[in-house]
Amino acid sequence: MADSPEHLVKSYDLELKRLNAMICEMGGIVENQVALATNAIVLRDAEAAARTVQEDARVDALEREIEQFVIRMLALRQPMAGDLRQIVASLKITTDLERIGDYATNVAKRGITLAQFNVPYSLTGLAHMAHLVQEQLKSIIDALATNDAAKAIEVWHADQAVDNLYNTIFRELITYMMEDPRNITPCTHLLFIAKNLERIGDHATNVAETIHYAATGSVLPDARPKGDTSAYTVVRPVGEQA
Amino acid sequence: MSTTTEQARTANGANVHLRAASTESSPRVLIQDLDFYYGTNQALKKVNLTLPDRRVTGMIGPSGCGKSTLLRVLNRMYDLYPGQRVEGQVMMDGQNIVDPGVDVNALRARIGMVFQKPTPFPMTIHENIAFGVKLHEKLSKSAMDERVEWSLTRAALWAEVKDRLHTSAMGLSGGQQQRLCIARTIAVRPEVILLDEPTSALDPISTLKIEELIDELKNDFTIAIVTHNMQQAARCADQVAFFYLGEMVEVAPAAEIFTAPKQKRTQEYVTGRFG
Repeated sequence: MADSPEHLVKSYDLELKRLNAMICEMGGIVENQVALATNAIVLRDAEAAARTVQEDARVDALEREIEQFVIRMLALRQPMAGDLRQIVASLKITTDLERIGDYATNVAKRGITLAQFNVPYSLTGLAHMAHLVQEQLKSIIDALATNDAAKAIEVWHADQAVDNLYNTIFRELITYMMEDPRNITPCTHLLFIAKNLERIGDHATNVAETIHYAATGSVLPDARPKGDTSAYTVVRPVGEQA
Repeated sequence: MSTTTEQARTANGANVHLRAASTESSPRVLIQDLDFYYGTNQALKKVNLTLPDRRVTGMIGPSGCGKSTLLRVLNRMYDLYPGQRVEGQVMMDGQNIVDPGVDVNALRARIGMVFQKPTPFPMTIHENIAFGVKLHEKLSKSAMDERVEWSLTRAALWAEVKDRLHTSAMGLSGGQQQRLCIARTIAVRPEVILLDEPTSALDPISTLKIEELIDELKNDFTIAIVTHNMQQAARCADQVAFFYLGEMVEVAPAAEIFTAPKQKRTQEYVTGRFG
């Protein structure tokens, strides 16, 4: 814990620092993956797409390394209180980060596919959404490094904006598909991309919740401001009665 | 509270207490604004703590924090030493047990104590148990034999010693001697058992046997255990009190003390940042 005095056993402190460093490193790689994947879509950058996919192997390896390290610390240190929360939190956070890496990889792969199509749709909204998600990720990784519960709560609230954008993009893409069946393939990929970005935002809020618990010992309320209403969205052709 | 939430059945049908619910119990001993002095040195400062009925209260804290002193107060051990005095109250069944008018011998039959090092008397195993009982009750030989068997059975020692009851207790292993001391304590059928670091001189297996015994004994007795081993407090206790420099800093269910303590000093102590 960043604000606590040092352990009587110095090697324990070193291990806790190393654990935090590994999580932050994993967070940094994943953050970069999301940035690269965004470039792959918005700038049609095939090189960025390829690098996103490559990075995933590093993320997976780090996840395994952190898991092993956590199990070892639980067995050998028998951590208590704040240390216990931090160590268990690391295990949860690493799982969320790994999922974020998977979603970024999937976005990048779809970017490669999309490059074969003439996309009829302005990607400004999607780029904006990707930008918001990246901001969230950056904040959450900063909060991780400093064990900052207040900053984590900010991210937790900020996810609403991502959800709102996702709902808008969802409606727009359906409209494009209805206008011309040739849009269905690229728009379906775009829909999955938007969904993946939205899921990345959700995992960032999971990480926020975990950081908050690790830092304070109290659990955030269940009712996170959730705004993905696409499950209830119906878009009908112009003129058709509901 | 209902028994359905307090108890659950294990696969073999035995009732087991659920830790989460097990701190809810009526108070057995109420310690109120307790001060204790070794001469001019104040060892306990305005301690308030409740020992819930038939629950285990763990007491943790660095050396010299007052936890052992509190146990000594609870069975009036300090009476033996001039210059040691107590202020405040320890209420049990509406009686203030630190009141000078209280019969200390009768009190010690109600509040038994087991020490850090096993302290068997240099007698036979049978005599070790019978000795204390004779001070308080007149039993026939058969009733006494029954009491000895009952005590040794409750202390999970009967099977190991039943064929050597009339040999010296000094021949038992350290772990067996400590269980004998527990048997001796419960033989007089106390209400409260005080354990002062009961396993610090024992090997890990003997330690686990004592911990299992504590879990069993809490069905009938109110238990307070002082321990330097935090994992032991975590394993055994329903509620844990953290002491520091004579003050009771925090008391809470064990799960709370060891996952999310409220006080900064508790957090620092249980994570090994001072001690």
